[in-house]
Amino acid sequence: MKKYLFLIGLITIVFACSSEDGSSSSSGDNYNRTALLTNWVDNIIIPRYENLQGKVSTLKTAISIFNATPNQTNLDALRTTWLESYKAYQYVGFFNIGKAEEINFFSKSNVYPTNASGIDTNISSGTYDFQLLSQYSKQGFPALDYMINGLAETDVEIINFYTTNTYAANYKQYLTDLITALESDINAILNDWNGGYRATFIASNGNSVSSSTNRMVNSFVKYFEKDIRAGKIGIPAGVYSSGTTFPDKTEAYYKNDFSKILLNEAVKGAKDFFNGKYFSSATEGESLKSYLNFLNTVRDGQNLSSIINNQFTTINSTNALLNDSFETQISSNNTAMLNSFDALQQNVVYFKLDMMQAFNITVDYVDADGD
Amino acid sequence: MLNKTIHNYINRTSQASTLAFFRLAFGLMMLFSIVRFVSYGWVDKFYIQPKFHFTYFGFDWVKPLGDFTYVLFFICGLSAFMVAIGYKYKVSIILFFLSFTYIELMDKTTYLNHYYFISIVSFLLIFLPANATFSFDAYKNEKYRFKEVPKWTVDVLKLMLAIVYFYAGLAKLNSDWLFDAMPLKIWLPNQSNIPLIGNLLHENWVQYAFCWAGALYDLVIPFLLFNKKTRKFAFLLVVVFHILTKVLFPIGIFPYVMIISSLIFFDASFHNKVLTFISKIFNIKASVFNTSTIYKIDFSSRINALKISFLAFFMAFQLAFPFRYLLYPDELFWTEEGFRFSWRVMLMEKAGYTQFYITDSKTNQKIFVDNSKFLTSFQEKQMSFQPDFILQYAHFLHDYYQKTGYNDPKVTVDSYVALNGRLSKRYIDPKVDLAKEYESFQHKTWILPFNDEIKGF
Repeated sequence: MKKYLFLIGLITIVFACSSEDGSSSSSGDNYNRTALLTNWVDNIIIPRYENLQGKVSTLKTAISIFNATPNQTNLDALRTTWLESYKAYQYVGFFNIGKAEEINFFSKSNVYPTNASGIDTNISSGTYDFQLLSQYSKQGFPALDYMINGLAETDVEIINFYTTNTYAANYKQYLTDLITALESDINAILNDWNGGYRATFIASNGNSVSSSTNRMVNSFVKYFEKDIRAGKIGIPAGVYSSGTTFPDKTEAYYKNDFSKILLNEAVKGAKDFFNGKYFSSATEGESLKSYLNFLNTVRDGQNLSSIINNQFTTINSTNALLNDSFETQISSNNTAMLNSFDALQQNVVYFKLDMMQAFNITVDYVDADGD
Repeated sequence: MLNKTIHNYINRTSQASTLAFFRLAFGLMMLFSIVRFVSYGWVDKFYIQPKFHFTYFGFDWVKPLGDFTYVLFFICGLSAFMVAIGYKYKVSIILFFLSFTYIELMDKTTYLNHYYFISIVSFLLIFLPANATFSFDAYKNEKYRFKEVPKWTVDVLKLMLAIVYFYAGLAKLNSDWLFDAMPLKIWLPNQSNIPLIGNLLHENWVQYAFCWAGALYDLVIPFLLFNKKTRKFAFLLVVVFHILTKVLFPIGIFPYVMIISSLIFFDASFHNKVLTFISKIFNIKASVFNTSTIYKIDFSSRINALKISFLAFFMAFQLAFPFRYLLYPDELFWTEEGFRFSWRVMLMEKAGYTQFYITDSKTNQKIFVDNSKFLTSFQEKQMSFQPDFILQYAHFLHDYYQKTGYNDPKVTVDSYVALNGRLSKRYIDPKVDLAKEYESFQHKTWILPFNDEIKGF
């Protein structure tokens, strides 16, 4: 009988030792996610927002100077500060998390093509609430683009909107309201990061669906897929419309010769985030790259992180062939646009499939671009 | 000579208590399994919530029954309990086999080898006199009471168990598993936070050791269990092995099923003692089952001859069926043609990225499909790397968009798959209109070639 008791004992051990499985396999790879999250917040996210905040503040000053004295010199200065802040903006789009997510910052700040006729209506009526969903396409950087580059063909005519036009005061007010809304959103986001959210974000260092690492990776990949690949290239180049192109759906359409610069900045923002590069220096901290290397993620005999970085190089060289104006590029040779799309798409696959598989993270956003 | 051997074998007998033990253990495990499944809310999650179900080829008619699916699970659980106590055994084991198999056929998203194993074992049990002793039937009616049963009725279960192990071992004899330690190299480091051995799981040699030991275990364990001398040691291995797999991987009740099932290899005296012990606990007079009757099958009866021939054929089929992959071109792990029902367990880390497009044949309007609109995240995950899922879903999309007004919608897909540590590759021909392709046992030509080789079984 003793040996049977032994057997029964063994079986009991099995039941006792086994944790219940459920359907999700929680991962415990021992990677130091706290260090990763800390590097993201302190050396990338907050510095990028601070940079944007500074640029937007300069833009605000330029707007008030222009509004006080609408002339060519002040318009030129305003345009330069707008370009600089639009560039700075390309570095924060990945972080749709916390306050930014709560206030729909990225839905409000960069919807293009902007709703030009809607803006005209807003200006003539003088009443609008930027918090409303219906107003999302009438504000942000594209709306500013329209206001300073798109109102008319010539600069003289544009300036006239702010001087001799019946609604000149309303035009000035709209400019002010646009920058005020943008600035207050950015301030709110930054205040949140600098307040309690930093600690909350870092403390969520597990690997559940709602953990910071998972959410940030999802947000990063989503931005890369939907806003960079699809928004900046795919949609205007007709990838989602069986070849029918939409040159007017390019970013910074009214400025026109600026779409490539914005794309390059966004790609750099993605690459730097992937590599954990500090915003202010060349130092690299804990990152998606170092996480992949920690897991020893080798694919086809090569580190996956190197494969992804090599693809970034390919993306840059393909993008270098594009015209500064995507509108021009699409009408002259759309194939170059499609090549850029393919180069970006390859990294989307590496991110969404190979990288997320290695991290044991599932994609939690929907694939609905172009729908 | 051969005839005589067969004849002798068929007339050999074995203690009925072994079958009774297995019946009780199996019934209780199944009851536990069903209760567990329901209590996790999985009936709702897997069978009631999803708008669309991935069915098996030829079994499209097997569909969840809405809220009545719970009734189905109740029937399954109840019949499992009736099998356990041996009450109206024949009816209850048939009912269990049918209800359990129906559940498994409803959606192949949840396919697991061990569910298939359960279906097969319960099918075999229909033909076996597992209620011959220590059962409600035998307790009540002397007619069902036997001391001994034909030896083959026990051996057929042992053989089935041996097939599962041995074939699982054979399947591990491939270059990914043995020479690249894949996919354990990917999976083990994810468990680094388990006590004692956690830190070792990052080590290369540990990953290889797990692979080789696992393959060796699967191949030799049936023989060690068959052999009386090594049996106890073998059982110790079974327990250790399954504890490890249970701790490392989310594989549900499978380890318990295997550990407890392997007890069937023990001597009848062990089964007798356990059953007597249990009878004592429940205050059942075990002496009631004392009899000297031997369960004999009369092979001069047509029906019985047919039955045993059928069972022989069934087992031969089990031996051959896992090799059907040899009839297909390209790599088995890549195309998965012949992958299921072949005891290929834990062999692949495979993930996919699949974006569907619907194009109107007349207007050329093209839209993206939001998979989450139709599939649960689990279904989407499984669909992304299995061609038959992709095809079935494509047809569903074709029908859905046709109804919403698209003219003969073309269904194309951007699909990438990453397998066992290889970089992701395009999986499905992006030009092929999947709505014009149909499921069959033929090779699917629209799966792009693997362009690599995994040597071995």
